Amino acid sequence: MQTPSVSQASPPKRSFLYDPNVRGIFYQTLLVVVVIYLFYMAATNAIENLRRAKIASGFGFLENTAGFDISQTLITYSAAGSTYGEAFVVGLLNTLVVSAIGIVFATILGFLIGIARLSSNWMVRKVSMVYVELLRNIPLLLQLLFWYIAVLGPLPQPRNSVEMGAGFFLNSRGLFMPRPIYASDIWVLLTAIAVGVVGSLAFRTWARRQQAQTGRQYPVGLVTLGLVLGLPVAVWLVLAVAGANPISFDMPRKGTFNLQGGMQILPEFVALLIGLVTYTAAFIAEVVRAGILAVSKGQSEAAGSLGLRPGQTLRLVVIPQAMRVIVPPLTSQYLNLTKNSSLAVAIGYPDLVQVFMGTVLNQTGQAIEVVVITMGVYLTISLLTSFVMNIYNRRVAIVER
Amino acid sequence: MSTVVDTFRFVRNQQVEALPPPNLARGPIAWIRENLFSGPFNTILTLVVLYLLYVIIPPIVDFVFVNAVWTGTDRDACRAETAGHPVGACWAFVIDKINYFVYGSYPVTERWRVNIFFALLALGVVWLLWLRAPRRDLGAIYFFWLFPILSYILLTGGDADFSNGFWLGFIVLSALIVAGFGAAARFLNAPVKPAVLIGAGIVAVIGITLALLEADWGLQPVPTALWGGILVTLLVATVGIVFSLPFGILLALGRRSKLPIVRMASVIFIEFVRGVPLITVLIMANTMLPLFLPGDMTVDRLARPLIGVAFFASAYMAEVVRGGLQAMPKGQYEGAMSLGLNYPQMMILIILPQALRIVIPGIVNTFIGLFKDTSLVAIVGIFDLIKTIEASRIDPNWAAPTISYTGYAFAALFYFVFCWGMSRYSLGVERRLATGHKH
Repeated sequence: MQTPSVSQASPPKRSFLYDPNVRGIFYQTLLVVVVIYLFYMAATNAIENLRRAKIASGFGFLENTAGFDISQTLITYSAAGSTYGEAFVVGLLNTLVVSAIGIVFATILGFLIGIARLSSNWMVRKVSMVYVELLRNIPLLLQLLFWYIAVLGPLPQPRNSVEMGAGFFLNSRGLFMPRPIYASDIWVLLTAIAVGVVGSLAFRTWARRQQAQTGRQYPVGLVTLGLVLGLPVAVWLVLAVAGANPISFDMPRKGTFNLQGGMQILPEFVALLIGLVTYTAAFIAEVVRAGILAVSKGQSEAAGSLGLRPGQTLRLVVIPQAMRVIVPPLTSQYLNLTKNSSLAVAIGYPDLVQVFMGTVLNQTGQAIEVVVITMGVYLTISLLTSFVMNIYNRRVAIVER
Repeated sequence: MSTVVDTFRFVRNQQVEALPPPNLARGPIAWIRENLFSGPFNTILTLVVLYLLYVIIPPIVDFVFVNAVWTGTDRDACRAETAGHPVGACWAFVIDKINYFVYGSYPVTERWRVNIFFALLALGVVWLLWLRAPRRDLGAIYFFWLFPILSYILLTGGDADFSNGFWLGFIVLSALIVAGFGAAARFLNAPVKPAVLIGAGIVAVIGITLALLEADWGLQPVPTALWGGILVTLLVATVGIVFSLPFGILLALGRRSKLPIVRMASVIFIEFVRGVPLITVLIMANTMLPLFLPGDMTVDRLARPLIGVAFFASAYMAEVVRGGLQAMPKGQYEGAMSLGLNYPQMMILIILPQALRIVIPGIVNTFIGLFKDTSLVAIVGIFDLIKTIEASRIDPNWAAPTISYTGYAFAALFYFVFCWGMSRYSLGVERRLATGHKH
């Protein structure tokens, strides 16, 4: 036996109460007992309170008829025929749509402003600084209310819609635009797009290998553009000449009171999108600026002395190194945007929180289940994203030699 | 080859005064050329930005200053058809409603109490944030113990009604705690007297706190339903910071602990709270807190979001503090341990004072975020600044086209001044700390 000899080696007078391991076990047991006690109390109280208030428990309510309308639905949904479960899916999809579109635009705007903050042009630099400071220091809720009530509010009634041409109309019910209708031969077009994407990826790999072996460069950007955009357009033109029409548009028409047909984008959606994009872009701009400044000046000087042009220096030397610094905080900004989209509840855009934690919670009273599901969704999104980001980080991390 | 000797040679033996640089290389014109028109691309950029400014700035100036209405008692002053000129911001509306925006419906005769609260808050903030303030340790005790008690008494009126049974229970419990400390010291062969003193000290602090809360100070009680405006906004932010800093430190220590269960519990709490939006935490506090308490206990409508905000802020604060703990060189831990300090002594005397000092900018930045996020309590029906503006905006007495813009402009100005001021402060501290590390 090994242990007795060890304990004999230590001073015999020492009480076992001074052993860090014993103390550790004691403290942890205490913590576990306290936590379990708190949970137990909360659970018994909740059961008692729910019984007294005659509120059902369990997830059965997801099968019940919802009985309320939602203004923006990406799946078929009706007040009479759909369940709370379907309402949940509608809300979730709305959250994901506004987050995804918001992330794309916020990234573009944020990078532009971040680079503008480092511009050699004094005026561009100052204006972007004012933008960042102004947007970052005012609560998002206030900005959303401003966009929703103060800017989109005064838009005209539907009968006086602003005509923007090409089938676009703007009025107090939102933005109306042509809705594409897909014919049965749309698959030809989809195949063309798929071929374009696969082909451009293959060409890119081939060009890289060629460059590594022979040093010769190929116009990857042009070929990609041609394959991804040019091929489908060409196929479309051929189809149109042949008399088939894969995509036609349902144009909005002016009726007596409202616009008929077309696709409607809610003013709430537009306000939320503008608010999220402009607010998050200010934060992304700071992230980008910090990332570019983190690349030491010697790097671009070395690139210059190798004979690279400024554009090449930026593309081949500065940005790959800056991305390493930019990506982790950029991800947390994306997550912030997704979480901030829950402020939709303030302006009435039917996102997950507004539909599920608002209407469904009020109708069913099943607070625990609804809160658990909603928080679970956001947690899943967060954890998934950080999981993917960890993999990416490991790939781009500097390999120390 | 003949040598020609020039007898009249002129060799300058003094440096000539340098000519001034050409006009295009210095002065404002050169600066403009250099910074605004250094190439075709920059010229185009400058012109585009100038045009944008021309489109954006004049209407804003017109709205805020030129066409603004400064005096008036009702909507007639702010409607173009009655005022007889184009109307921009209706500052008369803000001036008329300013007391509502600051105090909500707090009774007029009791508003001096709110003013004292503001003053106490300012005192605590300055004491803690001014790096050269005297006795900042006392400042911490003031801000995290005395100030919350005073604020509670001032704002609610104090006079919390604890029953006699409660006090009896408290005395029994205190005696048990003191006895427990003594017994534990005895058991561990440690000196008994200091242990009993520590126990008595803890009991005394709690007892004094409770006694202060129960004492009748002769203040008229004001229910929280009447509080509103900037008072509530600052209150939510204050509760957030007062609770989140101690809890955040505990959570950060827990996350860096060697005990696996403690570490796991801290990680789960922090990552859970950071993974969900604040609004869901607020709705959860609003709907689930009453469920989890015994049926006869109710939580004040204002206290629910306060609890939610305190939890939420703690998780974010924990990550900031953890950054500070990780930034401490290992030698500091080892030095403290080699001096024979135990864990609490090492943390309180050596590590935390240094770690917290480096993360002051991070703490302030978290606080800025928290301060902006306090606006979300408006969504769960608490009358903070934004909610009071939303309520006043639709007042028929002030029904005018520009009232909404004016109200939002006022709120934006309020938040901007606070947040921007704090971010300047945190930048300043960052710069000071950065120079401090160099020597």
